[in-house]
Parts: sequence; C-alpha cells; structure tokens
Amino acid sequence: MPVVIGLCCVAAFLAVSVLGVATSRSQAGTPLVYGICLAASAVALASALAQLLAGGTADSTLVLPLGLPWLGAHFRIDALAAFFLVVVNLGGFASSLFALGHGRHETAPHRVLPFYPAFLAGMNLVVLADDAFTFLLCWEFMSLSSWALVMAHHRDPENRRAGYIYLLMASFGTLALILAFGLLAGPDGGYGFAAIRASGHPGTLIAALVLVLVLLGAGSKAGLVPLHVWLPLAHPAAPSHVSALMSGVMTKVAVYGFIRIIFDLLGEPSWWSSMIVLALAGITTVLGVLYALMQHDLKRLLAYHTVENIGIIFIGLGLALAFRTDGMEWAAALAFTAALFHVFNHSLFKSLLFFGAGAVLNSTGERDMEKLGGLIHRMPLASFAFLVGCVAISALPPLNGFVSEWLTFQAILLSPELPEWGLKILIPTVGALLALSAALAGACFVKAFGVTFLGRPRSKHAEKALETDNFSLASMFLLAALCLLAGILPGFVIDALAPVTQSLVDGHMPVQSTLSWLMIIPVSESRSSYDGMLVFVFIALSALLSVYAIHRLASHKLRRAPAWDCGYPDPSPFTQYTASSFAQPIRRVFGAVVFGARERVEMPPPGDPSPAVLHVELRDPVWDWFYAPVAFAVNFAAERLNHLQFLTIRRYLMLVFVLLILLLLVAAIWL
Amino acid sequence: MALIRDFAVQLAEMLLVLALAPALTGLVRKVKARLLRRRGPSLFQPYRDLLRLLRKEAVLAENASWLFRVAPYLIVSATWVAAALIPTFATGLMFSWSADLIAIIALLASARFFLALAGMDVGTSFGGIGSSREVMIASLAEPAMIVIVFTLALIAGSTQLSTIADFMGSPEVGLRVSLGLALIALIIVALAENARIPIDNPATHLELTMVHEAMVLEYSGRHLALIELASMLKLLLYISLIACLFVPWGMAPPEGTMAAYFAGAAAYLAKLAVFGILLAVFETAIAKMRVFRVPQFLGAALMLGLLGMLLRFVSGGF
Amino acid sequence: MSGHLAFDIAHLLAGSLVLASFMLLYQDRLYAMINVYAGHALVLTLSVAWQAYIQDAPHLYITAGLALGFKAIVIPVALRRIVQQLGIHREIETVVGIGLTMLAGMALVALSMVVMLRVTGNAAPIAREDLAFALAVVLLGLLIMVTRRNAVSQIIGFMSLENGLVLAATGAKGMPLVVEISVAFSILIAFIVIGIFLFRIRERFDTVDVGAMDQFRGERR
Repeated sequence: MPVVIGLCCVAAFLAVSVLGVATSRSQAGTPLVYGICLAASAVALASALAQLLAGGTADSTLVLPLGLPWLGAHFRIDALAAFFLVVVNLGGFASSLFALGHGRHETAPHRVLPFYPAFLAGMNLVVLADDAFTFLLCWEFMSLSSWALVMAHHRDPENRRAGYIYLLMASFGTLALILAFGLLAGPDGGYGFAAIRASGHPGTLIAALVLVLVLLGAGSKAGLVPLHVWLPLAHPAAPSHVSALMSGVMTKVAVYGFIRIIFDLLGEPSWWSSMIVLALAGITTVLGVLYALMQHDLKRLLAYHTVENIGIIFIGLGLALAFRTDGMEWAAALAFTAALFHVFNHSLFKSLLFFGAGAVLNSTGERDMEKLGGLIHRMPLASFAFLVGCVAISALPPLNGFVSEWLTFQAILLSPELPEWGLKILIPTVGALLALSAALAGACFVKAFGVTFLGRPRSKHAEKALETDNFSLASMFLLAALCLLAGILPGFVIDALAPVTQSLVDGHMPVQSTLSWLMIIPVSESRSSYDGMLVFVFIALSALLSVYAIHRLASHKLRRAPAWDCGYPDPSPFTQYTASSFAQPIRRVFGAVVFGARERVEMPPPGDPSPAVLHVELRDPVWDWFYAPVAFAVNFAAERLNHLQFLTIRRYLMLVFVLLILLLLVAAIWL
Repeated sequence: MALIRDFAVQLAEMLLVLALAPALTGLVRKVKARLLRRRGPSLFQPYRDLLRLLRKEAVLAENASWLFRVAPYLIVSATWVAAALIPTFATGLMFSWSADLIAIIALLASARFFLALAGMDVGTSFGGIGSSREVMIASLAEPAMIVIVFTLALIAGSTQLSTIADFMGSPEVGLRVSLGLALIALIIVALAENARIPIDNPATHLELTMVHEAMVLEYSGRHLALIELASMLKLLLYISLIACLFVPWGMAPPEGTMAAYFAGAAAYLAKLAVFGILLAVFETAIAKMRVFRVPQFLGAALMLGLLGMLLRFVSGGF
Repeated sequence: MSGHLAFDIAHLLAGSLVLASFMLLYQDRLYAMINVYAGHALVLTLSVAWQAYIQDAPHLYITAGLALGFKAIVIPVALRRIVQQLGIHREIETVVGIGLTMLAGMALVALSMVVMLRVTGNAAPIAREDLAFALAVVLLGLLIMVTRRNAVSQIIGFMSLENGLVLAATGAKGMPLVVEISVAFSILIAFIVIGIFLFRIRERFDTVDVGAMDQFRGERR
C-alpha cells in the first residue's frame, strides 16, 4: 500500500513536469508547479513516515510490467527505503515551499520548471527501486534532470563548464554502478534485488571489486574525495532551491545506494573494506572543510562543506562495517545510527543554509561574500534562520548537529575492541581528523555568517538589500525548528531508526523513548549519556537568570556612539576583515601544506598613491595529482588512437584480417 | 527528601563556581604582581571591577546588531552551565549525567562561536583580528581537547565526568603513560583556551599580542562585565577539570554526609589555590610566543593526545 | 601490587623519553635543543637507575652514572661552548615545517608500536612495550638527523638515537656487556663531537656557518 502511494506521488511529479513545459512561460506556471510539488511531497512524506514509525511491519512491494520484458520493474519500501524517502520528501517539501517565493525571481523559468518535478520524481524512484535495472535507469534519470537544472543559466561559461564536468562524472559513476550490479548478479543470476540477496555470498575478489566500483559510483555522486570535483562546480551553478536539493538530498540518495549495495546486497564484506571506507572518509572530512575555508563564494563554500559532512557519514558507515564483520552488532548499530542521524541532520541544515544563500542572492544579487556585509540589519529574519543553521552545522549543543557527532564519537570510543591492527592505527587517526574537522567547521561558519551578515556593507547591493518573501522565510524557519527539535528530542529519532539498523546490521540501540528525562544512552548508563532537552533548559534558565540579575543589579543606560576601534575608526567599509583575511591564519597553518597556498603582495613604491594588491594562490591537490594526469593520459591515448582514422583501405583490411585470425586462435585454444 | 538534598547540593555547586571564579582570577593576578615585586591589587578586586562595570553605562557602536547585545548573555550562560557540570567538591551530582565531557567541550565551543561572531559584528579590523586568530587557535585546541577526552574515556571506560573522576580516585588507575601524555596536553590546551601566556596576554591592549581582548574591544558596561565573568568562569572550569581528573582525592562521594561535602569543599579550595599559584608562576617565568608558533605548540598538544589515544588502542597496559 | 607499580613507573619513564624526543623535534632554537637533550639524558638516567633497582642489577647503576655525568652534564656544556666559540648560527632550519615533522614523528611512533608488538608475540608484556618505546626513540632520533640542516642538531639527533639503544639494552633483562657497550658508545660520540669541530669535518654536513644562513627569513612562505 505505501508503495502505491509513493508511486502515485511520483506519477504526480511526472505529470506536473509535463504541465511545467506547457505553463512555464505564463504567470501562473511557477506557483502551480511548485504548489503541486509541495502537495505531492507532503503526501509522500506522510506515507513514508507512517511506514517508518510502524517499525517492523512487512515491506510492501509492487511489480509493474514496465522495462525489461523478463524482469519488469520492482518497487519496494522497506525500513531503509522508508527512512530515505522521509529525507527525500522532507527536502522536496521544504524546497518547493521555498521555491514558491524564490521562484518568482527566476529569469529562465522555462528551463527550471519542467525539470524540477522530474528531479524529485527521479530521487523518489531511486529509493523505491527494487531491481538493478530500475535502480540504474532512475539513477540516470535523476542525474540528467539535475544536469538540466545545472545548465538552466547556460549563458554563463562557468555554468557550462560545471555542467560538462557534472555530466562526465555522472556518466562515469553510472558506468561503475552498472559494472557493480553486473558482478553482483553473477553470470546467471537475476537482476532483482531479492534474487541477488538469495544468490549467496560472492567470493572475496568479487566483493572487493564490487566495493571499489560502488565507491566510485555512489561515492562520486555523494562527493567522496577524490571524486568530489564536480560537486563544488555544479551545486552552486543551479538555482538555490535546486542546490539545496542536490546538496542536501541527492548526496543522501547516493549514500542510500552505497548502503543498499554494500550492507544489504553484498552480504559479508571483508574486514579491510571498512579500512578503505574509513581512510577515504577521514581524508574527505578534513579536505572538505579546508576547501570550504578557502572559499569566498557563499554557495561554493556550502557545497564544499557538504563534502565534509559526507565524510562524517561515511566514517559512521565504515565503523558500522568494521563492527559488523567482527560480530559486534550493538556497536555496529550505534555507528550506523550515528551515520543515519547525520544523514537526516545534514539534509535539514544544509538545505536551510542554501535557502539562506538563495535569499541573500535574491536580495542583493551577489554570491561573493567580499561584496556583502551588514545584512543582519537589512534581512533580520533570514539572518536569524541562517544563524540557526550555522550553529547546527557547527555541531554545537543543544541543536541536532551535536547529537550525531556525539554518537559518532561514542562509536569511535567502542572500537579498541576491534582486533585488526590496521584498524587500531586508523581509527584513532580518523577520530582526530573528525575532531579537527568539527573545529574547522565552526571556524568556517563564523566566517560565513560573520562576513556575510555582520559588519558593515561592502557594496551598494548589500546596502540596499531587502528582506525575503514569506514563503522563503516559512521554509527556512520550518527547517530551523526541525533542527532544534531533533537536537532536544534525539531519542525519538534514534527509536525511529531502530528498524533500519535492525534490518541491516542485526542489532539496534537500546530503546530511548522510555528513558527518564528524555536523555539518550547509546550503550549503557554507566558509559555515557546525554540529555539534549536538559542542556537546552539549563542554558535557557541560566540565560534568563543572568538577564534578570543584570536587570536588577546593573544600570539600564545605553548609548549609541561611533565604533571605538582603539581610537582609530575608519569610515570606509573596506578596512574591516574580508573572507580571505579571516581565513588567513588558518590558510597559513593548514593551507601551506595542503594547498600550497602562497601569498604575494604587490606594494607600490613610497609616495605612489595606487593601492597595494594581495594575490593568494591556491593549488587544488586533487586536480594536480589525480585529474591532470588522467586527463593527460586520456588525451595522449586519444591522440595515438586518432591515427586509426586515417589508415588506408589496405590497412583497414589488415586490421579486420588480424582480428579474425586472433578470434579463431582463441576459439581453437579454449574450446 | 533525598531529592531535595541532592538538588540543594547541585545548586550549591553552581553558585559556588560562580562565586569563586573572580577570586581565582584575583589570586592569579596577586601572585603575578608579587613575583614582579609589586604589591598588586587585592584578592577581591575582580569583584569590585565587575560591580563597577555593571553600574556603568553601556556604549554600543552605531551599527552593532542584536547579536552583539545578546551574545554576552549566551556566552556566560553556556560557560556557566559547562562549569556547573564539573565535579568540584563532590562527584555524582544530580544532573551530572546529562552532559558528558564531550558535551562540556561543545558548550565551550558554542560560547566561543558567539564570542567570535560578536567580534565580527561591528566591522572593525580589531574585531576581525581577534576572531580570526581565535578560530585558528580553537581549530587546534578543540581537537586536542577531544583527543584527550578520548584517551581518558578509553582508560576509565566512560565519558561521564563523574565516572572518570571516581575511576581516577580509585587505586586501579596506576601511573599510566597515556595519562601522563594526556595531562601535559591538557595543560597546554587549558593555557590556550584561557588566553594565557604563552598563547595570548590577558592583560594587554596591543594589537600584536591580542586575541581575546581584540574580540571584546567594543564591549563596555554590563556587557563587558558578563564577558569578563565568562572568561573567569572558563579559567575556573579548566582548573577544576585538571583538579578533578588528575588530583581527584578529597571529593565527597555521591550521597555523602555534610561533613564529607565540607571536607570536599575545603580540598577544592586548596586545589584551586595551588593551581592558581602554579599558573601565576608559569606565566611569569615564560614569554609569549609568536602568533604562528602557537599552531605548532597546539599541534604538539594534539600529537601528544593522539599518542596517548593510540597507546590505549594498541595495548591495554599503557 | 608493588610489582605493578614498578612496571608502571618503568613505562612512565620510557614514555617520558619518547616525550623528550618529541620535544627535541619541536625546538627551533639551538640552545633550547641542547637543554632539552640534557633533559633527555636525565630521563634516561632515571630510567636506567629504576631498571637497575627493579632488576636487582647493580652494574646498571654505572650506566646510569655515565648517562648522568657524561651525557647530561659534560656533553651539553661542551656543545654550548662550541656553539658560542665557533659562532654557529643558532636558529635551526628544518627541511620541512615543524608541523609536518611532528606528524612524521607520530607515524614513526605508531609504526614502532605495531612492529614491536607484532614481532615479539610471546615475550613478557612489560619488555615488549618498553622495546616499542625504545624503537620509537631510535626512529625519532633518525628523523631528527634527517630533517635538520644544522650539524649540531644532527649530532644531538644521533645522541638521542643512542639513548634509545641504551634504553632498549637496559630494558631487556639480563643483557650482557651493557655497561661496556654504553661506555663504547659514549666514547664514539665524544670522538664524533671532537672530530667535527676540531678537525673541521663540517663540510660533510649541510652547513654550520653563519654566512650561509643569510637568506633565512622568519617564515619560509
């Protein structure tokens, strides 16, 4: 039954997409399309949430006679799919609500309106799919519709380049997934997921290949280093509500693909597979946040930060893999719950932050932080919601980012019991990297909020900004409220995730909602506990107490005056810190090693009134070491192979002849 | 009845840390002055300073936002909640299980987040210097602190501060290498987080040496009083943390008698005094580092903490 | 219980030696490095003396005395005099930054832990862990020699390496000729130190002189 509801919503999305083609040029197109998407997402969200909260009830499946004739199209909602459907449709709901307001400012609605519902449909279908063919088809459909959205403003050459690289990486990822499914299905197995599960455990070589291919395929869509390069180009290029969906939701669909294949279909992975995942995840986490710190484009900063959060999710997944292979199911459940909780949290606050960036872009026309500033006075409500998002993403209590990070740390603390030596060295390192990235994330968002919203306006656009419309504000405040709720009532989220972990790692965390004072206990009370609600209440109480004490004991006088600035205030807004100058100490400490950061100052000679210019040079190590050689090799090979175009007829005949002889030889030897 | 008594003890602890924080700062300043052959201000001068600031008019910059006015309250409340969760004269207090050591560090990180934002609010270059240097120091000090917490948690089997304190007080802890490394790293992190020499100078107003002072340059009156109180609380917090983890003797057990509580309080005062004097001596004996030597110093603390954690992973005997 | 405490103190002293090696890696001034080396030798003295006490091997007290007298007092004083008289540049230039060097040091300590604990599967646990620390000190000493351009700091690295070897030798209970070996090593070091500065073997090292250091600015950025 829930499958049918889900598929009906998908059909609604597809129908609206067609409608969007027809109505995009008219005035009513935008509210109509987004409004129907809003309703359909809400229905799908409610149905998926009901399915998830119902717990261990039977999965619902459906087979449609579409697609391959002997296979059909299988659709199924089990606990994992229900959870991810909640994430996808919550993101879709918030994004459609935001777009009702934001979409009015869209300059090319005919390029956005038809593809947006298709994108939502694609994401829902990937999660619903229950056989390899449907999965891959919908995966490609999702990629193509998001590509169309990235290319919506195609007159900008940067967007064109972003779309090109995105298409390349997406095709490469799908190829890797096709090969992975081929290996899983085996030479005579079926492609349905049920058939793959029933076919038993593949050998270690096959398992290793499948892991590598899935990391390439799903990992590149999620944004694991070194396959992340398309993400910071493509996510900012799309319209803001689509960026929120791509960063907050599509990356989670990729995580879903990884979990489905590795945890569900693969069976028993070997112990070192967790080492690969953990190592990649650790590097991804730190590199993602360091990249984000070096940016001054607000949307690109947020996109790079997504890379860091995907790293955190994969750290949890790697730990779950390691615990599962060693038979520690309760620890695997903890690590898995931490990863899934972070999936949920990240979709909430990343969407919120992208909506804020979209609001800023709408009001000022600028994405570059170096031209913004002082927006807290002009856009008070939007800046408050953005602040909540910044606090949440920096993993500060009592909001939700802290809970998932705390759970991941607790999982790391359980891992000395793992016997393998490699893990004994790797896990402390990954723990230190995770702690480092958490601190750097705080720095990154002090920079993002401080330079964009605080201080004085650095350009005319920032001076004249206006508050955003009510729909955008409504969706931002909705997400901010959810961030707070998930932070102070984490026990309910953990209990909702219990059926998912039970089905995948055969264990679940202790039941949280029955604990007193709404606290959460990951393993046992003597080990550790956390009470989000109490911490929130304590902070609120002590803040109120201090306000009351100040009110009674202190003077109430207040006077406004020019800024003190040690007696040397400068009226020009350019004397305040910019994004690059804020990041300079961190750039100097970390950037010199990781990015080869070099600063160069061109000083005019004394007496010359022209300004000094600061150049900062950063080299992306992933491009230099990974992609540039690959591109060079591809070019080299292509050039050599190009000679095949210009052979004479005799040479062509020779080629055919030689291949025929080879084929006959092979047939002679092996048959 | 027991519930009310537990609640009263918890409340007493919260008020105790609030009351003692300025006295500790006063002690440190007094000892430093004496070591420099000055008479120095009285021990209770910080109380008088706070009272004086409370009575003054607050002057705000013209473009200061609501965040600037709200931040001091948030900072002091987060720091106070964190300080109240650390066992001082008794372990196992009523709400000690609600936040473990990782949550305490994260509460301090929230306070720092809002302080850094407040520094950026007015849009002056001093605020920017303070905030950018503060987040650089925090980006290394906080991971070092978390790795130290991991080391301690791996030894004691829990991240709950009361449980760790009880374990450290019991005879089974032994003299472990990883504990020694954690202690040294914790001292370095405590110096960095409290803006003490050699990382920052708490008494300066020179731009070259400012980190914390630069962020609060625009504050005055009651807001400045709150921020000063918060930094005094933070110093008390770190010293209490070092005392409860590495010198845990004398603390009353949960459900102790009144005599045990008083003995615990006396022991706590003694520990505060000793650590305050040691801090003053250390600050007088050493010079402040160059700003870009600080990341190496904190990186060393991170390495030491990581080494301690690694040793625990590798073998239980460490 | 007292046996447990004895082992704990031995561990603690061995760990302090690793800590002192890390502090050697961290220094960027030559006088500070010489002082830290004196501390390194002092910790070695305490460790050897403690081993002499718990193993009931009085001949190890001679090694401890040698470490104290020669390595903790004579060599540092001699090095300071040499640095002053020859006007050797007192800033230590590293090949890569101090941060990276310390990361490499961490990796080396992890490596020595893994190697020692896997290879010596059935020895007594206390001996294995002490050997792991000793190997870490040796590797860190080598790292100091490899990442420093200044000859005096390279010598200090060599001497800390030798301290690690002495720690390994005294930690393994019942190793013969410990005293004789440690005396031989000390004489070797004395000759190296004398040889470099008296017979001007400085050309073999990167450089010692002030003149070559003029391009050095505060930060290599």
